[in-house]
Amino acid sequence: MRELSLNVMDIVQNSVTAKATFIEIIVKEITNDSLLSINDSLLSIIIKDNGCGMSEKQLKNVTDPFFTTRTTRSVGLGIPLFKMEAEQTGGSFSIDSEIGLGTTLKANFVTSHLDMTPLGNINSTVSILIRCNPDIDFLYRRSIDDKSFDLDTKELRQVLGNDVPLNSSEVMQWIDEYLKEQTQNLIGGKDNNEIIG
Amino acid sequence: MKSLAELQAIRDKAKQQMNMRGEQPDAIRVLVGMATCGIAAGAKPVLNAFVEEAAKRNLQNVIITQTGCIGICQFEPVVEIEIPGQDKVTYVKMTPEKAVRIVNDHLVNNNVVTEYTIGANS
Repeated sequence: MRELSLNVMDIVQNSVTAKATFIEIIVKEITNDSLLSINDSLLSIIIKDNGCGMSEKQLKNVTDPFFTTRTTRSVGLGIPLFKMEAEQTGGSFSIDSEIGLGTTLKANFVTSHLDMTPLGNINSTVSILIRCNPDIDFLYRRSIDDKSFDLDTKELRQVLGNDVPLNSSEVMQWIDEYLKEQTQNLIGGKDNNEIIG
Repeated sequence: MKSLAELQAIRDKAKQQMNMRGEQPDAIRVLVGMATCGIAAGAKPVLNAFVEEAAKRNLQNVIITQTGCIGICQFEPVVEIEIPGQDKVTYVKMTPEKAVRIVNDHLVNNNVVTEYTIGANS
């Protein structure tokens, strides 16, 4: 994938298929940890859902590209690709799942590594996911060190009531602008792509 | 700064409009293939192009959404258009530029862009 934000979109699709009703997407950047050398930073992407979860056997096989539950083709590359992209930066990847409770996936990236895939336009990923899955609740949290912001569709839904769907064009416009403003605020006026571009 | 108060105003306005529009049983559906294969081939900018062009033309009866892999990964990005009462049309090897033309020709004027369909490309 050209951008990690595309991987996020792909991985969240698994949560949608798992019939999740609440999906958390957390993008966390740590630049001032004492364990890191100067000019280095760590990017964590965590995706957590309350979907149907996986059995131990499925979980064991999930990073194998030739394992898939689908019937239209015999390969499943989403998770193996994401894992590879984390590990090729010297980072790490883990996935936990329990049947009936959901799945949590965590990938850590060393952003200064030559093989780091840029994060890309994560805001547009979040926006598309909300637009295409108006019945699922999303919590998107972006943080850099101790600064952070949230987009919580449960909160938005409370304001909107039951009559106005999240994916109506006016609401989507509000969401897009909110994400843009908050991101600029968080990373000091720089555009989303510049910070880890 | 975007505030929740602003969202409330959007709700009140949208509610009024929706009462006038009512349900949309005859909505046109645009399905963009967004599995690993589709995303890797560039489905995201294609979906964005559909959204932007539909918004630009204020098309209220178009629902743009994502679908999974339909098994023709070599033709991704794939977009299916479903207009009630008509045959489904499958467009292949999509780009944002093709998306704009499909919105204008197919969704607005009901002329299938035959040269972009799977029939013309396989």
